[in-house]
Amino acid sequence: MAKSAKKSAPARKAPAKAPAKTPARKPAAKAPARVAEVHDTPAAVVGAEPHRNLRERGTPLIEMRDISIAFGGIKAVDHATVDLYPGEVVGLLGHNGAGKSTLIKVLSGAYKRDAGQIFINGSEVNIDNPRDAKALGIETIYQTLALADNVDAAANLYLGRELKTGFGTLDDVAMEAECRKVMHRLNPNFRRFKEPVSKLSGGQRQSVAIARAIHFNARILIMDEPTAALGPQETAQVGELIKQLKAEGIGIFLISHDLHDVFDLADRVAVMKNGKVVGTAHTSNVSHDDVLGMIIAGKCPPGAMPGPGAMREAA
Amino acid sequence: MSNSSDVSSNPALQNEGPVKRFFRATEIDERLLGMVAALLLIWCAFDIASGIMRGNFGGLLGGSFLTPRNLWTLLVQTSSIAIMSTGMVLLIVMRQLDLSIGSMLSLVAVAGAVLQVFELVPILGVGHPAIWPLAVLFMLAIGACVGALNGWLTAYLKIPAFIVTLGGLLAYSGLAFYLAKGETVAPMDKTYEIFGGGIPISWLGPFWSWTLALVACAAIIFGIVNGRRQRQRFKFPLRPMWAEIFLALVGSSIVLGVTNVMNSYPWPFKLIENYAKANGVTIPAGVENKDGTAVCMAGEQVVRCTEGLIYYTGYSVPVILTLLVGLVMTFLATRTQFGRYVYAIGGNPEAAELAGINTKWMTVKVFALMGFLVGISSIVSSARLNAATNALGGLNELYVIAATVIGGTSLAGGVGTIYGAMLGALLMQSIISGMSLLNLPAAFQNIVVGVVLVLAVWLDQLYSRRVK
Repeated sequence: MAKSAKKSAPARKAPAKAPAKTPARKPAAKAPARVAEVHDTPAAVVGAEPHRNLRERGTPLIEMRDISIAFGGIKAVDHATVDLYPGEVVGLLGHNGAGKSTLIKVLSGAYKRDAGQIFINGSEVNIDNPRDAKALGIETIYQTLALADNVDAAANLYLGRELKTGFGTLDDVAMEAECRKVMHRLNPNFRRFKEPVSKLSGGQRQSVAIARAIHFNARILIMDEPTAALGPQETAQVGELIKQLKAEGIGIFLISHDLHDVFDLADRVAVMKNGKVVGTAHTSNVSHDDVLGMIIAGKCPPGAMPGPGAMREAA
Repeated sequence: MSNSSDVSSNPALQNEGPVKRFFRATEIDERLLGMVAALLLIWCAFDIASGIMRGNFGGLLGGSFLTPRNLWTLLVQTSSIAIMSTGMVLLIVMRQLDLSIGSMLSLVAVAGAVLQVFELVPILGVGHPAIWPLAVLFMLAIGACVGALNGWLTAYLKIPAFIVTLGGLLAYSGLAFYLAKGETVAPMDKTYEIFGGGIPISWLGPFWSWTLALVACAAIIFGIVNGRRQRQRFKFPLRPMWAEIFLALVGSSIVLGVTNVMNSYPWPFKLIENYAKANGVTIPAGVENKDGTAVCMAGEQVVRCTEGLIYYTGYSVPVILTLLVGLVMTFLATRTQFGRYVYAIGGNPEAAELAGINTKWMTVKVFALMGFLVGISSIVSSARLNAATNALGGLNELYVIAATVIGGTSLAGGVGTIYGAMLGALLMQSIISGMSLLNLPAAFQNIVVGVVLVLAVWLDQLYSRRVK
């Protein structure tokens, strides 16, 4: 990790080629039977091709099917369906208020969905609160970081899952020791273990939030704007980390406004608009402009698989 | 090894001044030191002022404040507020507030007294050994339940704590009035009275006080050694050796000093007389003087006949109880998951919820703990008064909140210490009791306490801004 921080500049460019390395994965994943239920647009011609290799991919690690949630009459998420395979990064894109964060908060247990189902490895699970999600191996890095500002890094790392001594008291020393290890991996220059996290810099706080998400053997990682507070060097470092986690077989939902980041890191993108999924596409099948069109106009390009939120071609 | 690797390895820390280095090495809270300084200043000022106004009563600076007798009384008087302030710290740290504790104290005290006097005594007879434990358990249970009710209304029905406990302030005091029909319920069970510290058997005496002090010193040294060993085990930066020794010395001397003061307060003469009579100790028969009390001659001087027959009080039960509560609450706040959650919720309630903490249930638990502590305080207060009235806890909620805030707890949540609040309670009680010594009208007491509260928060904010 120490090295990766130094050669950050080249690292930032390199991942642009990354998707080319995985041609076998090229076909976008969507279970056809389920798609038929939810997509009011008939399976487009362009969508037919990706379906072919579906069997090879097996069951998705996670599938959120037909999720809806409304806040006082406003449908923040409206029959959205997304899925994620092991070792895959899916970028969730859309305008502010498109419903990405809300959809993801349903998965992390922060919001309770009004309708829809969540499947992990094919079996339906119940996520009613953040504890349920964590028990299923779903970890989240929130846009706000969700750190308790008044306690130190170790306390935040273990918040909700404190290590205890034989007497049932907090084992602060052991927690600090573990914290030193994991922080050394993420941010080798980090030394301020005794200070409340409110005194740390934006990047340091972000590393604490990331450390918390990856320290407990997550299967599914949700990253909501993980690089928003970071400089270029730290951003590259997070990119490296995402690739590393991907290689370990962790599925990652990545929410970002930065198209470059998403194209660098994600295998697929899912675009949302007004709470609905416009479409999903393999990043190697679409261009930046295609995706921009999806985000801004809700126009689904050839090469992407349209969802219920896609603008009708006929119109 | 005696040099902290933290200080020597970090170049930024090498050119700091000796004062800063001292605070960093000893890890003493600067606020704590400020409060202790303020406390000592107030004590000295009262001692000098009382000396000027009323002549010498044997105080350190010529007054009557810094005498064993006054300091001993001061600690007993502080007990009730100090006990409750430890719970208020956790509540305020968690961004909650309880305005109902004064009324709750009255309610619990009256309910406990009614149980003792009107229910248990007729059934079991006066002085039955089961009366006091039943009353104590009953009172603690009521306190915890009423507290839990406050917490439940706040957490699950989402009514702001301010409103819930404002309603409680009115309702509980009304209920206390109704229960006792506005009368004073007395007297309490003789054993129960021990909790008030007003009778000789509630005083530990010099032997047990010194024993306790030595145990406390040993605990301080053990804590420091153990902490150092833990840090060594995980190769964390160590405090310099001189700082460790300094802390051990300061801690032990405070314990021994306070114990010495407690052990220098002799029983009042009347009690010595009664005790001597009851235990067959002979008092020389004296001659009656003008007011009818017996006096003896010691050479040329006229003295009391009990001269030479002196018993010292040592720590009293309420003070021991307060120290115990302080220890347990500090342990709870700093060493357990419960305390960690309280602070985390105060720092960022949303983050705590997202981290999987059941914040609603935590709210109920902390309110219930507050109620439990009110139960303890109401036992101390009613035992000390040897009676319970519906006015027993009047204004206590405000004194407790003031003590907590003076003690450095931030109303914004997330920040506060148990020892700070207890020191805050002592500081406030010092002011109240000092003004009584100066014979100032009672109205002044509240004026000054109010001013001190505002001043303390202002100073604290100045300090925080400078630190940032």
